[in-house]
Amino acid sequence: MDILVQQVVSGLATGGIYASLALALVMIYQATDVVNFAQGEMAMFSTYLAWSLLQAGLPYWVTFLATVAIAFVGGLLVERIVIRPVEGQPILTIVIVTLGLLVIFNSMAGWIYSYIQKPFPSPFPPKPIKIGNIVFGAHDLGAIGITLVVLTLLFLFFRFTTLGLAMRAAAQNPVSSRLCGIRVSWMLALGWGLASAFGAIAGMMVAPVVFLDPNMMSGIQLYAFAAATVGGFTSPMGAVVGGFLVGVTENLVGTYVSFIGTELKLTVALAMIIIVLLVRPTGLFGRTTVRRV
Amino acid sequence: MASGIGGETKTAERAAAASRGGLADRPLGVAAVVVVLLIAVSLPFIMSGFRLFQFTQVLTYSIALLGLNLLTGYNGQFSLGHGAFYGIGAYTTAIMIDRWDIGYGWTILVAGIVCLVVGFLFGRPALRLEGLYLALATFSLALAVPQILKYFEHWTGGSQGIVLSKPKAPFGLRLTEDQWLYYLTLAVTIVLFVLAWNLLRGRVGRAIVAIRDNHIAAEAMGINNARYKSVVFGVSAAYTGIAGALSALAIAFVAPDSFNILLSITLLTGIVIGGFATISGAVYGALFVQFVPNWAQDISKAAPWAIFGVFLIVFMYVMPRGIAGFLHLVWIRLTASAVSREQGR
Repeated sequence: MDILVQQVVSGLATGGIYASLALALVMIYQATDVVNFAQGEMAMFSTYLAWSLLQAGLPYWVTFLATVAIAFVGGLLVERIVIRPVEGQPILTIVIVTLGLLVIFNSMAGWIYSYIQKPFPSPFPPKPIKIGNIVFGAHDLGAIGITLVVLTLLFLFFRFTTLGLAMRAAAQNPVSSRLCGIRVSWMLALGWGLASAFGAIAGMMVAPVVFLDPNMMSGIQLYAFAAATVGGFTSPMGAVVGGFLVGVTENLVGTYVSFIGTELKLTVALAMIIIVLLVRPTGLFGRTTVRRV
Repeated sequence: MASGIGGETKTAERAAAASRGGLADRPLGVAAVVVVLLIAVSLPFIMSGFRLFQFTQVLTYSIALLGLNLLTGYNGQFSLGHGAFYGIGAYTTAIMIDRWDIGYGWTILVAGIVCLVVGFLFGRPALRLEGLYLALATFSLALAVPQILKYFEHWTGGSQGIVLSKPKAPFGLRLTEDQWLYYLTLAVTIVLFVLAWNLLRGRVGRAIVAIRDNHIAAEAMGINNARYKSVVFGVSAAYTGIAGALSALAIAFVAPDSFNILLSITLLTGIVIGGFATISGAVYGALFVQFVPNWAQDISKAAPWAIFGVFLIVFMYVMPRGIAGFLHLVWIRLTASAVSREQGR
């Protein structure tokens, strides 16, 4: 029983990371109908920037905020410079451009920082926290906490600010929004910026666990895809629930199904994606889009 | 008729018009093919060793690229995971030779059949997935395959992979192993290119393109979308699998980590650079993905991928039809008057 609770909590911790990245994917998908295949690599690159700042001697939380800010501006610039020219093009074109970004970020990280793994600090004490008989990693609890705080902030932003409303409107009905005077194209860029900032947080939370290396996000991105698919690409709430669900499932399956263990973890994500797409392509919370032909 | 994206429809019509003409109406095209074939046949006498091996790789890549282009370029189904089929083909060959001692010639055929079946089975549920979701599913497949290969250690040798020995030339031919492999690969390449060309220029080819341009209109005209799409997926996977099998023989080694997501991205880069929905594009793309990383490697280990990424993006901006499309455009400009007279415009 204790093992079960521990596994669930650590599943929630990784799930929070998947949720952040899945939310980043969903935000871009909602606004532009495109999945950003470079999301994970952008997060990885932001984490490397955080590492550089830490090496320069900045305290952790200053670095944290600075990295989020840099990632936001970076995401905005990527949208303006790279994605903007192919806005409105066929999906294949945009997917190929994001794949181009994926390899560029991956190779830049390898080029600048080398492919050798680096340790990345956690802001939380290494001492485990004991509640009753059950031991929790402080980093796990901290990561869950940060995810929840960020999600709440994002919810408040979209629900109660004019800018948030404008962004939602631009995603839902670009033409009418433009008629109301919303600068739709800039809203998309803002969406990319926010998504990139989210990715940066996910990256900084996961790096202490998996170590910093240019390929650290590929598996996590796969799980974020699974999370977004399970929750539904059209629902931010779904992405969050999906993230936690996928994180817990991954951990429980890894612990209790002996032939899977850690060696087939990616295959579990693949199976989840394919099963959900076959059984319920819109995911748990997604809405069906009806298209006129 | 079809109300797809303007450019694509036009290309399709042009391709159809060109294919209706057949061989006799395109003397220059035939001449170009003959020249390329002559060069290809004489290569082993001009260069040897590693250089020749590189050209064997160009041939295997061009088979894989042709396969991917059948699916993505002609049929409009995304695959970001064709590296997986390349890997399955390579491992089929390696396991059959290493574990069961079967003649390598058969293993190429079996690799093709295995990938045909796997591709068909993967393509069947993928029918329900449109555009982006198919991209997602195939991308996940590519990410998961190296792990699956490592898991079945008993057959695949785990992360150590399987070492093979290069086949010797049969019938007492006085060729080195590299030369023989080159000719074998060249022969398979020619057969597969002719098959694809034949497939695409007739009724089947028009159906495949029609599904891409407007699947509802195609369905309305009596084309069985489901059957065509899953068969094209299978055939495409078979091409890629055969390419994987040939490359396993040429390299004489397979390891799970060489069939990672970057291989799939390499193949996609190849068709983007070579040109969507063109047959000759497969060759241009193959030359690019084989030689450009080699030159870039001198700058840095990471440089080849950076260059791939930049080329992917830049080609999407300025040359979305790739090198083949660009050459075609140049050709049209040069012969504009002749063409317009011919078509009566």
